Amino acid sequence: MSFLFGKLSWSAVPLDQPLPMVSAGVIALALVGVAIWVIRKGWAPYLWREWITSVDHKRIGVMYCVLACVMLLRGFSDAILMRSQQAMAFHAPGFLPPEHYNQIFSAHGTIMIFFVGMPFMFGLMNFVLPLQLGVRDVAFPTFNSVAFWLTCSGALLVNVSLVVGEFQRTGWLPYPPLSEIAYSPGVGVDYWLWALSIAGVGSLIGGINLVTTILKIRAPGMDYMRMPMFCWTALASNLLIVAAFPILTATSAMLLLDRYLGFHFFTNTGGGNVMMFMNLIWAWGHPEVYILILPAFGIFSEVISTFSGKPLFGYRSMVLATLAICILAFMVWLHHFFTMGAGGNVNAVFGILTTIIAVPTGAKVFNWLFTLYGGTVRFSSALLWSLGFIVTFVIGGMTGVLLAVPPADFLLHNSLFLVAHFHNVIIGGVIFGAFAGYTYWFPKAFGFRLHEGIGKAAFWFWLVGFYVAFMPLYWLGFLGMTRRMQHYDVAAWRPWLLVAAAGAGLILIGVVLQAIQLFTSIRDRESLRDRTGDPWDGRSLEWSTASPPPVFNFAVLPQVNGLDAFWSMKSQARDPQDLAQEPTYQAIEMPRNSPTGVVCAFFTTVVGFALIWHIWWMAILGLIGAYATFVVFAWRDNTEEDIPAAEVARIVRESHRLRADALQTASRS
Amino acid sequence: MSATAADPHHPSHIGPASTGSGRDGQASKRIIAGYGFWIFLLSDIVMFSAFFAAYAVLAGATAGGPTGRQLFDLKNVGWETACLLVSSFTCGVASIGAMLKSFRIFQWAMAATFLLGALFLGLELKEFAGLVAHGAGPQRSAFLSAFFTLVGCHGLHVTLGLLWLLTMMAQVWAKGFREDIQRRILCFNLFWHALDIIWVAVFTVVYLLGAAL
Repeated sequence: MSFLFGKLSWSAVPLDQPLPMVSAGVIALALVGVAIWVIRKGWAPYLWREWITSVDHKRIGVMYCVLACVMLLRGFSDAILMRSQQAMAFHAPGFLPPEHYNQIFSAHGTIMIFFVGMPFMFGLMNFVLPLQLGVRDVAFPTFNSVAFWLTCSGALLVNVSLVVGEFQRTGWLPYPPLSEIAYSPGVGVDYWLWALSIAGVGSLIGGINLVTTILKIRAPGMDYMRMPMFCWTALASNLLIVAAFPILTATSAMLLLDRYLGFHFFTNTGGGNVMMFMNLIWAWGHPEVYILILPAFGIFSEVISTFSGKPLFGYRSMVLATLAICILAFMVWLHHFFTMGAGGNVNAVFGILTTIIAVPTGAKVFNWLFTLYGGTVRFSSALLWSLGFIVTFVIGGMTGVLLAVPPADFLLHNSLFLVAHFHNVIIGGVIFGAFAGYTYWFPKAFGFRLHEGIGKAAFWFWLVGFYVAFMPLYWLGFLGMTRRMQHYDVAAWRPWLLVAAAGAGLILIGVVLQAIQLFTSIRDRESLRDRTGDPWDGRSLEWSTASPPPVFNFAVLPQVNGLDAFWSMKSQARDPQDLAQEPTYQAIEMPRNSPTGVVCAFFTTVVGFALIWHIWWMAILGLIGAYATFVVFAWRDNTEEDIPAAEVARIVRESHRLRADALQTASRS
Repeated sequence: MSATAADPHHPSHIGPASTGSGRDGQASKRIIAGYGFWIFLLSDIVMFSAFFAAYAVLAGATAGGPTGRQLFDLKNVGWETACLLVSSFTCGVASIGAMLKSFRIFQWAMAATFLLGALFLGLELKEFAGLVAHGAGPQRSAFLSAFFTLVGCHGLHVTLGLLWLLTMMAQVWAKGFREDIQRRILCFNLFWHALDIIWVAVFTVVYLLGAAL
């Protein structure tokens, strides 16, 4: 039996614990419901042909964002559980037993970083980059699909741990020696390690793909210094992925070898070195936070410039600041463990380097403010997210500078002050950025805008909810409350934790409003329709094509003559002599869709699950399957298909007609 | 071999092939594939550097067990190095064969590369087996954990490279020197040479320094 099933048995399913079973039951019912709905509507073949096997960067981008939104709900439910537990567990056990509570805070961090932040940013970059660069696809379309499905595979494994076995209880990073087999004998840490290794390979492939895309695939005339700001920040972010994620892979491999084969990398015995784990994991972990925030900086730059009706202030300094952050990101990792005995001099160096990062970031903030200054500012919901970001992120940045001072860190480390700080920058930066980008590019992706009023209401609930939920945590940190407490008996903490719980409730209303916004916008899509392709009076090339763009993005590749390429095209077109004649359209060659990504991810899921439960035969079969998938992919003869010139011309004329109608209607009214 | 406008797989809509510097549009597929693979190799080297760093940290942590000086047999390692370096030469010959579209040169050179690579792996496994038999397996000490992981990771790369090599031989045999297969041969070549670079570092940092200390 142990050959057949490894460590897996019925006792791995927590039938006696109502919370995971009920929530898993609800998720399973929802999934089955959606599946039945899709099949009964006859959409399954369409989904398979046009989405699941798609290698179109726009569709993969949308799917990344959908994954991020679904996982946001999971991670957010964890947050609600933790806030309710701490609100109740004063002189009381609360409703979550410690071993379950520990899994929840570990899962919350893991899911929010790896399966919300990463896919959301990857989704927006995937969707937007080729459009902004004025080209038709990314460098490696099929690998793009593989990268997405590997991320899904990792997300699936993390969620499987809810009902089969357990998740890790070590916090979001498996610090040894606690995470070693001697102290964490269960499968929780193994779930983390394999899920993150698989998703990490996905991120790495995605990073390589986007770096190559930005550096080698741009429209004619698109010099580096003519690229929109989002392309620059995406480039910096993906360079960081390429340089940092291999360290995560290596570190995970070392911990896996310790746990599976009795190696001594991080053990207390045999000469192992626990501090090496801290150094390695944060050599990846600190760049990771810039991997998440840099694309968000790019989104804010686009949104603020568009809704101020002005070019971005200080473009060159913005590029410089982005690249400075990209490099400095690798030089500050030690500030995550000032208290672990590196000594005063080392701490001083890393403390100073950390505060230096605030300089390019501060330059960016001033550039955004000066872009707004004197502009024709339109307070759309996308801009509201950006303004909320500027204020919130500056506060989070300043508490970060405070933590960068080693003596202060000795008092505040591992307290709720730290928790408040990083939520301050991640929610205020990454999540607000994701929502700004979602609102801003939604009409480009689907051809209709999101409802503005509900969007603004959602923003205000999020913003106020954020402050109500996290400002008390700063104070609790000063009061000495450490993070990750399952229960406590200090009366002074109680009121602040109740306020924080109320804040989480306000954010919940914001999330519900966003769901309602999506639903009503889809329902009223005809009245929200974007027929011009340029709903915000945009400046970069993605607004020069139709909404949603045709599969080939641009019938004729645009010729770029400067920064804000589409803005100058629009300005020139106001001169009637410059109205372009219709070009002669040529057939366009596009990559064929391929199930390689999803099939490969199926096998990696099998391999991951088998390795977690020590089912060796299944792991070997899965690896053979993954290899066979690539051989089959490599063997196909037709990798591309042509879209005939007549079809291209038909699609373009149709969208031109719609645009002309819309412009006429606009000028009449 | 540079990309030319005659490249039938060069996207038709952009005019003459460019280097992708931005002035004249996107680069040819060959440049894109090679460039992307270089980026991957750099990331792979970063991963190795993490293992090198771990080895450097743990090299002295022998936990009372044997040290590198007592364990390393430089003669065996010398033969391993010779195999790998010569295999890089034959791999280069294979790439010339692919350029000339000569099945004979390509397949023979690839076969020679495979044999040399397999010989390297055999010698490495022999070394590993000997160490384990003498009670110097990876569980013995942190030093040996780091040693087996670093050298074994290179060995795993060689193994995957051999699998890839056979796949490329089969592809050329079945499909001929198609454009996309030529690009894969280019990437395989880069991969195989990169393994050499890693090995030179392993040879120096692990074996030469280890035997001297």
